[in-house]
Amino acid sequence: MSAPIKETSAIPAQRGVDKVPAHTGDKRDEGVVLNVFSHGFLALWALLIVLPLLWLVLSAFKTDAQIGGSAFGWPQHWSLDVFGRAWDKGIGDYFLNTVIVLVFSVPLTMLLGSMAAYVLARYRFWGNRLLYYFFVAGAMFPVFLALVPLFFMVKRLDMLNTYQGLVLVYVAYSLPFTVFFMHAFFRTLPSAVFEAAVLDGASHSRTFFQVMLPMAKPGLLSVGIFNMLGQWNQFILPTVLMQPQSGDDPERYVLTQGLIQLQQQQGYATDLPVLFAGVTIAMIPMLVVYLSFQRQVQAGLTSATLK
Amino acid sequence: MRKGQYRFVAGFLLVPVALYLIFVIWPYVQTFGYSLTDWKGQSQNFSFVGLDNYKALLKDDIFTGAIWHNILFLVFIPVITILLALFFAFMLNAGGRSRAGGVKGVAGSRFYKVVYFFPQVLSLAILAVLFGAVYRSDNGGMLNGILIKLGLVDAGSPVEWLNEPNIVLWALIAVVVWHGVGFYLVLFSAAMQSIPRDIYEAALIDGAGRAQSFFRITLPLLWDAVQTAWVYLGIAAMDMFILVSTMTSGDYGGGPDHHSEVMATVMMRNFLYYGKSGYACAMGVVMLLLTLIVSVVMLRATRRERIEF
Repeated sequence: MSAPIKETSAIPAQRGVDKVPAHTGDKRDEGVVLNVFSHGFLALWALLIVLPLLWLVLSAFKTDAQIGGSAFGWPQHWSLDVFGRAWDKGIGDYFLNTVIVLVFSVPLTMLLGSMAAYVLARYRFWGNRLLYYFFVAGAMFPVFLALVPLFFMVKRLDMLNTYQGLVLVYVAYSLPFTVFFMHAFFRTLPSAVFEAAVLDGASHSRTFFQVMLPMAKPGLLSVGIFNMLGQWNQFILPTVLMQPQSGDDPERYVLTQGLIQLQQQQGYATDLPVLFAGVTIAMIPMLVVYLSFQRQVQAGLTSATLK
Repeated sequence: MRKGQYRFVAGFLLVPVALYLIFVIWPYVQTFGYSLTDWKGQSQNFSFVGLDNYKALLKDDIFTGAIWHNILFLVFIPVITILLALFFAFMLNAGGRSRAGGVKGVAGSRFYKVVYFFPQVLSLAILAVLFGAVYRSDNGGMLNGILIKLGLVDAGSPVEWLNEPNIVLWALIAVVVWHGVGFYLVLFSAAMQSIPRDIYEAALIDGAGRAQSFFRITLPLLWDAVQTAWVYLGIAAMDMFILVSTMTSGDYGGGPDHHSEVMATVMMRNFLYYGKSGYACAMGVVMLLLTLIVSVVMLRATRRERIEF
């Protein structure tokens, strides 16, 4: 079952508890030197990852003067005010905009993607292969190639700077990978269950929604997380599609776009703590998703490249 | 039954295929057409100009300069990222030696994997703000702060990481590497897990050291994954839009004085800022062609005989 997921997701679980400290039984000098060296290097890289992030979060608690004055030094008083200020200064709106878009786009991506993948994986009809390659090929081209006409397409549909426009575009651009992955997944599901359902008189769509889709849950979870992260972090599409179209058109920036906007507005002059607090707010959901679904995230993201 | 089946298949495919056609395939196709026109975007009136846009591109110093920057990224980003990721993956999976003489990862490898991978889930926009602060050009920047503390940089004249023509590209490369190593580490780890332990243990009995078991066993058996990584990093190096446009100076980045310009930033500036849609489409086509060439060349160059195990 579930070949692509199983293979990758087995890794972290398998490495684990019964670790023997690596250097204990090593008698050779070369080993000891290498161990010190490699542990040192591993720890150094871990610090390189963690320190800038912690430093940025810490900086959110400082004052502007402190941030400009020296890279080091502790905040004078720990107060969560700055997060409230960041929220009011736009981060709250950006956050909500992103959530509104994703609440629709991720489930819709999963639904439409699995529907197409299921039909392509399980039914024989003329043009099946062609359609499959047609979907997968979309993942190969750089987004930039489509950007200019896409802008005018969305404009013609009168959906520039609207939630529904961005939702539809997100769904469309997430389809290639979703179809590709779910196609592989549906192929591995046992056909006995499918046949039993059909024999019991279930209709095609009932078989899909009540039998096959629940069986595909692990795959849906991995791809769903992948799409969620991808769409949450998307920057290019909203930059092009979510600009206010006229004076009275309200800003509907998503979080990534809003952060950059905030950064460019203030340059290095004014309220940097607010910017850093905004980044912290934007990081928290990703951190939570990552830590709670760590295995699926790694499996989902890496299986995108391992075909 | 059969008839119902076709209706079902068509019903399930209708919406996804329609969305995909309208928002993905059709714009891709249109780009080629528009790249042959002098379309300015706002008006619907434009005329066919043949290959004029492409000819103008070749004379556009900013764009050709940008291509060279992409090539620099193309050379260094994959090499540095893959080497680091391979090294860490090997350490985490086969670097340790257990009491019984077996081969396993070093202590804490699970923890390291979780930490190293984390940057991958962060948006590039967040990275832009984060490294904007790290590279800040005074004592308040993390990097300058540390270097000044260590006495390596004079406090009076800190390094302007993102405003120094000779440094800016390297500063950007560092960000990409920081972001990518964990991802490729996990990718390589997955591949390493599938290498049977017995092979390592046999090599260990034969007296192979860590370096030997890496070069003689791990690397050859990992070649497919390395190749995949190479192609993906190559494609990423051809893009670079988000980091360059948000971290460097100028409209849509590229500063100082076009020293960090990449193809995508030039294209976006021409499209969104100057409104030269047809010209921007031609750049998009050039980007596609170069990216395809890069993928094919990289696949070719790294092709080896596949080792079955």
